[in-house]
Amino acid sequence: MFKYYFEGIKNVEIFPIISLIIFFTFFLGMIVWLLVMKKSYVDKMKNMPLQSEDEPNESKSFLL
Amino acid sequence: MMEGKTLATEEKLEHSSLTVEKFAYDNHIVRLFVIASVVFGIVGMSVGLMAAIQLFYPAANLGLPFTSFGRIRPLHTNAVIFAFVGNAMFAGVYYSMQRLLKARMFSDFLSYFNFWGWQAIILAAAITLPLGYTTSHEYAELEWPIDIAIALVWVAFGVNMIGTILKRRERHLYVAIWFYIATFVTVAILHIFNSIQLPISIFKSYYVFAGVQDALVQWWYGHNAVAFFLTTPFLGLMYYYLPKAANRPVFSYKLSIIHFWSLIFIYIWAGPHHLLYTALPDWAQSLGTVFSIMLIAPSWGGMLNGLLTLRGAWDRVREDPILKFMVVAVTAYGMSTFEGPMLSLKNVNWISHYTDWTIAHVHIGGLGWNGFLIFGIFYWLVPKMWGTQLHSVKLANTHFWLGTLGMIFYALPLYVAGFTQSLMWKQFTPDGFLVYSNFLQTVTQILPMYMLRAVGGALYLAGVFVMVYNLMKTAYAGKFIRNEEAEAPALQKNYVGKPNEGWHHRLERRAVMMTVLVFIAVATGGIIEIIPTMLVKSNVPSIASVQPYTPLELEGRDLYIREGCVGCHSQMVRPFRDETERYGEYSKAGEFVYDHPFLWGSKRTGPDLHREGHSKNRRSDSWHYFHMLEPQQMSPGSIMPPYPWLLESSFDAEALKDKISAMRTLGVPYPEGYENQVAEEVKKQGEAIVQRLKEEAKVKTSADKEIVAMIAYLQRLGTDIEVKAEGEETTNTPE
Repeated sequence: MFKYYFEGIKNVEIFPIISLIIFFTFFLGMIVWLLVMKKSYVDKMKNMPLQSEDEPNESKSFLL
Repeated sequence: MMEGKTLATEEKLEHSSLTVEKFAYDNHIVRLFVIASVVFGIVGMSVGLMAAIQLFYPAANLGLPFTSFGRIRPLHTNAVIFAFVGNAMFAGVYYSMQRLLKARMFSDFLSYFNFWGWQAIILAAAITLPLGYTTSHEYAELEWPIDIAIALVWVAFGVNMIGTILKRRERHLYVAIWFYIATFVTVAILHIFNSIQLPISIFKSYYVFAGVQDALVQWWYGHNAVAFFLTTPFLGLMYYYLPKAANRPVFSYKLSIIHFWSLIFIYIWAGPHHLLYTALPDWAQSLGTVFSIMLIAPSWGGMLNGLLTLRGAWDRVREDPILKFMVVAVTAYGMSTFEGPMLSLKNVNWISHYTDWTIAHVHIGGLGWNGFLIFGIFYWLVPKMWGTQLHSVKLANTHFWLGTLGMIFYALPLYVAGFTQSLMWKQFTPDGFLVYSNFLQTVTQILPMYMLRAVGGALYLAGVFVMVYNLMKTAYAGKFIRNEEAEAPALQKNYVGKPNEGWHHRLERRAVMMTVLVFIAVATGGIIEIIPTMLVKSNVPSIASVQPYTPLELEGRDLYIREGCVGCHSQMVRPFRDETERYGEYSKAGEFVYDHPFLWGSKRTGPDLHREGHSKNRRSDSWHYFHMLEPQQMSPGSIMPPYPWLLESSFDAEALKDKISAMRTLGVPYPEGYENQVAEEVKKQGEAIVQRLKEEAKVKTSADKEIVAMIAYLQRLGTDIEVKAEGEETTNTPE
C-alpha cells in the first residue's frame, strides 16, 4: 500500500531517510548545545523579560 | 579566564563605547488591538451562544438565511479565532516585542496598516459569511479577495516584526521572539497553500485540489492553524507574560528551547489525524498519528515549564487573579495537548470523531488556553499602560470564577453528549440490527446536554462583560501612556561575536537566518506529507462509474456549500459495521475525484449524506422538498433549521457556464463546448424533478428554483457506486 503511492516519485525511498537524518542530527545538535550552554548565558536570557523596563509598579504586586 | 567573565559584563564592555539612545515604546497600537480583541470577542462569543441555542431551539435562527446555523457557525469560529484571539495575539506581541528588543516597532505605518487592515478583513468576514459566501474549508471559509487581503496584512506584520528585530538594541533574541517568528513564517505558508483557488466571480471560487488531496491540504492547514495561530504565538506570550506576572524568571530556559524546536519540527506533520478512517491513504493517517503522539513530550515540557515558573510563588496564585487565569490557561494547554494525541489514536477516534467530544476538546483549548491567557494578559497590560492599579481585584476574581464555571458547564455536558451519541450510533440488537436506526433518536437523547452547554457559554460570556467593566473603570482612573519613554545603548555595528561562542548564539543573533531555518523545519514536514498525495492524483484507484456532476447537481452542490450544510452533515462513511449498516457502502477515495472542494465534514449533528441518493436510503423528491420547507414536519423532533428561501429563490443558470468551464480547467472531464448545452441540460433535469414533485405531492414549482438544484444534488449522492454493484466498476492500476 505504502509503496504503491510512492511509485510515481523517483528514488522515493530516500525521502524518509533524509527526514530521519535531518531530525536526528538537529535534535542531537540541540542536546549537545544545551549541555555545553554557559550558565551566564542562560541566566541572562531567563531574566530578559524582567529587566526590560523600570516601571514604577514593576516590583510590587498590583494588589499592594 | 574567559569563562569566569559573565555575559552581562561582556555586554557592558561591548556597549561602553556607545552612547545611550532615547526612544519610545508605542503603546497606542497595543491599546487598539486590546480594544478590538475585547469587542470582537464579545461579538464572536455571542454568535457562538446563538448557534448553541439553535441546536436545541432551532427557531433561534430568527427565520433568516443570514442567521441560520450553517452560516453563523463559520462566523463564530472565524470571529473567535481571527478577531478575538488574533487581535489579542497582535496586542501581546506588539507590547512584548518592543520591550524584549528594546526598540520601537520598525514602522508605525506598518503597525497601523496591520491594525486597520486586520479589522477591515474582520468586517468583510462579518458581511460575507452570513451572506453565504464561503469556500467551505474550515477556518479558511473566506473567499479569495479576502484571502489576498489577509496575505498582504500578514506580510506587513512580518516585515514590521523582522524590521524591528533588525534594528533592535538587544543582542540576543528571547525565546518568545522565536515563537513569534515561527508563527509568522508558518501561518504565511499555510494560508497561501490552502488558498489556491480558481476564481469564477468576485465572491466564488473553486479549490484547485479535489477530494482526497483537498482534504489533506485542508487539514494540514486546519491542524496547523491551531498549532501556529492558537498555540505558538501564545506560548511566546506565556514565556513573556507569565514571568512578568509572577515576577520571576521562567523555570528552565533550556526547556523552553527544546519546547520551541520540537514543536516546530513535529507539529506540522500531525494534520492527517483529522482524517482517520477516511478515504485518505493509510500511510498518511499513520504518519499523523505517530507525530501526534510525539507531540505530548514537548507540549507537556512546555506546560510544566510554565507551571514550575510559579514554584515558590504558589501562595500568590491564591490572591492574584492574573496568576489564577494564567495557571488555568497553562493547565488547559496541558489537558488539550494530552487529549489531542489521544484523539488521534485510531481506536479513540473511532468513538470521538463526528461527535461533540471534538467540540468539547477545542473549547478546552479555546476557552481555557487562549481565552484565559488573554484575560490574564489584559488584566496585567491595562493597568500598566494606563499607569494605575486594577480597579477591582474582586471583580477580576468574579470573572475568573464565572469563566471557570462556564468552561466546566460547557465542556462536561459535551463529553457526555459525545460518548452517549457515539455509543448509541454503534449499538446493535442481539439479532444484528441497529438499536437506534433512526439517527434522530441519538440527537434528541443529548438535547439536555446542548442546553447545559449553552448555559456554560452564557456564563463565560457574562465573565467577559465583567472584565470589560473592570478594565474600563481601570482605564478611566489612570492616564494612558501613549508613548512610553525608554533608553538603551545601541548595538555595536559589525559585531563579529565572541571567540568560542556556540553556533546557536550566532544563529539566534541572526534573525533572518533563524527565520529561514524555521521555514526549512516547517516546509520539510509539509513537503514530505503533501507531495506524495499530490502525485496520488494519477495513482488514486479511480472508479470508472464515477461521473462528473451534471450542471444542475453542481449548482445544488454550490448551494449546499452556501448554506453551510457541511457544518452538520459529513459525506464520509467510515468502514465500520454500524456505519455501513446505517448509511451504506463505505466511501472510497476514487469517489471524490471531481469534488472541488471536498465536503467530508467533521461533525455529524445530522446524519452522513454521502449515500443520501443511494437506493438503500433514497427518499422521494417531495420528501426533500417538504423537509427543506419544514424539517420537523417530516422528522418530528428534528433540530435542523428550515430553508424556505430555497423554495422561493431562483439560481443563476447563466453563471453555470463559467462554473463548468472552471471545472474543466481544474481537470473535470466535461467535453469541450459543453457550456453551450448547460441551459438545455439544466432544464431537462430540472423539469423531470418538477414533474415528479407534481405527481408525488401536487407541488407547483419551476425548474429554475434553488430547491430543484438542491434535490438534484442530494439525490445524486452515492449513486455512482450503485453502478459498481452491477459489476461495471473497473479499477485503473498505475502504469
